Amino acid sequence: MGPRPRPEAALTRVVSSTIQQFTSQQFTSQQFTGQQFTELSSIAKNRGCSVPTVSEQTKSTEAQPAGNKHEPSSTRSYSGVGVTPGRIIGVIRQMPSPVSEPTPGEQLSGTTADDAIAALRTASKAVHAELKNRAEGAKGASKAVLEATALMAADPLLIKGGIKLINNAGLTPERAIWEAGASVAEMLHNLGGYMAERAADVLDVRARIVAELRGMPAPGIPLSDTPFILVGEDLAPADTATLDPSIVLALVTSSGGPQSHTAIIARALGLPAIVAAAGVETLADGTEIYVDGAAGTITLNPGATERAAAAAWTTTSAVLSVFDGNGRLKDGHLVPLLANVGGAKDAVKAAAANAQGVGLLRTEFCFLGRDTEPTIDEQVEAYRGVFDAFPGKKVVVRTLDAGADKPLPFLTDATEPNPALGVRGYRTDFTSPGVLERQLQAIALAAEGTEALVWVMAPMISTTDEAEHFAGLCAAAGLQIPGVMVEVPSAAIMSASILTHVEFVSLGTNDLTQYAMAADRQLGPLAALNTPWQPAVLQLIRLTAAGSEAEGHHKPVGVCGEAAADPALAVVLVGIGVTTLSMTARSLSAVAAVLASVTLAEAREIAALALTAPTATEAKERVRAALPILAELGL
Amino acid sequence: MSERKVTIASRVGLHARPAGIFAEAVAELPIEVTIAMEDEPAEDAMDASSILSLMSLGAAHGDVVVLRAEGEGADEALDALVKILETDLDAE
Repeated sequence: MGPRPRPEAALTRVVSSTIQQFTSQQFTSQQFTGQQFTELSSIAKNRGCSVPTVSEQTKSTEAQPAGNKHEPSSTRSYSGVGVTPGRIIGVIRQMPSPVSEPTPGEQLSGTTADDAIAALRTASKAVHAELKNRAEGAKGASKAVLEATALMAADPLLIKGGIKLINNAGLTPERAIWEAGASVAEMLHNLGGYMAERAADVLDVRARIVAELRGMPAPGIPLSDTPFILVGEDLAPADTATLDPSIVLALVTSSGGPQSHTAIIARALGLPAIVAAAGVETLADGTEIYVDGAAGTITLNPGATERAAAAAWTTTSAVLSVFDGNGRLKDGHLVPLLANVGGAKDAVKAAAANAQGVGLLRTEFCFLGRDTEPTIDEQVEAYRGVFDAFPGKKVVVRTLDAGADKPLPFLTDATEPNPALGVRGYRTDFTSPGVLERQLQAIALAAEGTEALVWVMAPMISTTDEAEHFAGLCAAAGLQIPGVMVEVPSAAIMSASILTHVEFVSLGTNDLTQYAMAADRQLGPLAALNTPWQPAVLQLIRLTAAGSEAEGHHKPVGVCGEAAADPALAVVLVGIGVTTLSMTARSLSAVAAVLASVTLAEAREIAALALTAPTATEAKERVRAALPILAELGL
Repeated sequence: MSERKVTIASRVGLHARPAGIFAEAVAELPIEVTIAMEDEPAEDAMDASSILSLMSLGAAHGDVVVLRAEGEGADEALDALVKILETDLDAE
């Protein structure tokens, strides 16, 4: 089977691009308890984040009757790790607990096989009808996912498998469908690729049928016509399809971490969210709570203070949801704000959010999940979709960045002992020459006949020679504006020399941090090392900007890593001498609002505070103290 | 036994939405319909009303599949199903 496009994969793509953002951040997706939890707390403290605990106040007030007048406040509170800002009041709905596995070998007793089969068929039909009903109310990608899962709930392959197990092994219908679902999921998993992804849908359907048989609430997000705050242990990727952001006001989970699925979903949907808030699982449905997604706090029985804060956030978020398309400082100094995109759909969204162009087009979307190189025609079509969204504006295309965490069977060697230091990014041109040239040819062809101003850059450039060679390939393809990414510390140090051959550089702060600190981005225990607030990383950015000044032609120095999406770091970067910032479209408005609050002279002073700080924690603390607007906006 | 050969028209192949539309159409029929790839023996044919079976068949755009059915109305039913597979269901 060859690779195929996946029309219903749009949501998955939103989520996976968010996963990439998260992997660049300070935590891994492990769920933590006990010792890990303590480690997380210290990391969170180091980042200046709130630390998950049930507050002392909670413990003392819990022991007292409510309404005690000697207590200044009868409120109880919980805290966790805030992952998405926002202050909101609402009533909660608990996510039903996951369906537990029926006991292996569980035999029918007191009922006939025929009755068991009838019960299974009834449950299957009920789940089918419920999912179909939900599909009718859903839109776009969610609708397609729900329609497909509705059909799976009544699928003959699955149901007949269950019936066979009831007849032949005397199993209960719960256990029978559990095993039938497992074998279908395994079959799909073994088929690989697209089919393997559907295995999770079969397991979801299986859990729903078991819940139906047991007379338990269906797993997944509760149905409601009125808005609520969703509280649960952690969300699963499948929950994204049914999470309606117009009904769900905020997400609060008792476990999970800053890279958990809940956090990823919250980021993708822009919902206020708190994770690792131990104790919230005991709250009753209908309880009114106040959530502060920046501080990571949850308050029960919200009072006048909380109501005022929530009302103020409504006003602020309206301001923060709009970017006027003209990034600038208080003194009018222009800082173009661009978007990072991974395909045409992203690009259309970014254009709607008034991004001033694309600062990073990840071209991997054309290549990932394939066994062979896409043809030039396929690539041209894919790139043109992005270019067409930005007529008259800059679109910076990053050439294929395969390897390390993005392996490609036809380009990279999966057996490398040290893939992050291996043949990845631009280096695949050493081992598979031709792929890059064909991609540049496709980019040039796609650029013809569009009004976008197309720039191209190579990832993982380490030396001046490589930059010169890449510029030569671009010139041969007829591409006028070649540039390189600065992700390897050697490129930061050599930027003046590199810039004599290319027209611009763009800092990939995620990889630059990983290489400067020698700390794998994916490893939880190294999370505290992996922050762009590390003064050493900021110094490398400064060296890059200084290299551009030394070269003398004011060639642009951009940042397209996650650092650009952090409003506080954005100020530091501009103060250091970065000329453009590119980020996920959702962050544009917050970054623009904070940049507009400082002059260039102030940004330089703030940058100096960070550059001279001895530690990452202190750099961040100093900068936040100098930018009171962050607290005002709840960022 | 009636039999029809048909070329898959959907650009994404017989997957996801196209597979769902087809499986639903088959499920509404009073007769059993099987589906197999052109070069596969009839005994390996799968239940065409199962979306899971259809997806695991892995029929891509341009592949030829064989539909088989028996009984009253089999020919008319297969003709209707052929029309569905000859349409690019993903384009709608």
